[in-house]
Amino acid sequence: MIPTPDLSHLRPGDYEHIYEPAEDTFILLDALEQDAEELTTMGPLISLEIGSGSGCVSSFLGSITGPSAVLYLCTDINPHACKCSSATGRQNKVPLELVNASLAQPLLSRLRKSVDIILFNPPYVPTVRDEASGAQTDRDIGGSWAGGQDGMQVTDRFFPQVDDLLSPRGRFYLVAVSQNNVPDIQRRMREEYALESKVVLQRRAGREHLFVIRFAREGREFISLDRLSEPL
Amino acid sequence: MVRLITHNLLACHVKGCTSNNFPLEFKDVQVVLRESEFNPDFLRGFIPKIEWSALIGAARELGDTSLPDQLPEMLDDDFLKTLHHVLLEIHVEEGIMVCPNCKHNYPISNGIPNMLLAEHEIG
Repeated sequence: MIPTPDLSHLRPGDYEHIYEPAEDTFILLDALEQDAEELTTMGPLISLEIGSGSGCVSSFLGSITGPSAVLYLCTDINPHACKCSSATGRQNKVPLELVNASLAQPLLSRLRKSVDIILFNPPYVPTVRDEASGAQTDRDIGGSWAGGQDGMQVTDRFFPQVDDLLSPRGRFYLVAVSQNNVPDIQRRMREEYALESKVVLQRRAGREHLFVIRFAREGREFISLDRLSEPL
Repeated sequence: MVRLITHNLLACHVKGCTSNNFPLEFKDVQVVLRESEFNPDFLRGFIPKIEWSALIGAARELGDTSLPDQLPEMLDDDFLKTLHHVLLEIHVEEGIMVCPNCKHNYPISNGIPNMLLAEHEIG
């Protein structure tokens, strides 16, 4: 059992501007914990979290893969979230490299096919289109949840960047809800970018049906360790 | 925190600025040194990702001349320790990163680089 990162340094005032970890955060932590052995074995060099918010998820990954073994890059469009993520890294002794940016924009040209772990718990709540665009421009807490049409407005903008960034052995973990149309996401990623995927965890939390989808390049899915130990 | 490992990965992304947009030049910087855990395996793995001349240039802008102009063939512990210090222990806390091509200024405040662009600058 890997402990949930210590967030005791964050104050109620912080949560007026950044998303407070909730069920959708915890399902992503659980998915990473479930893959802990494989993630350590693959020996990742670079991880990148988009919209790191409180910094909880990358700090958690750091406690799995080791604080000095991986470069933990995080971006957030919200400057307050960048400060909080950075502080959470310090609090949990995982150095998180924060960049105040939209998606992976300033990293794209240098990180082509180089990122081994990509994490994204996107703004997935369906809203009207203008609400999602406005929330991204405001660079505050609304941008952490308002997802526009089908809750996919921001996530859809990131998908081409996943293909640009993901290393041949890389893994991309995405949080989604049923309104995002998970089978359609999986189909599009396979057809457009030859990224295979699997729902590695799903659960109901209140009104939401949450999913964690894990993507990998064609033919590079994890060979499950349980399967290896089964008699052939 | 802007360490040189991160600086080595950031390029200007203003609309239309696609050549000579890396590395960003430091201006008016305040630097803090903080020790971090030495991990030779990580460094050996990361070396192929580094743009060496950009790293050397940036380190010199910050007053550090400890690394050789060319990446040595022998990656011994002394070299890796020097590289560790330059890549991971020099933190730029305040300052500006300037694009060598379009001269766009990216400010650094409290160790966090602001790489956001205005609507009309986005490609």
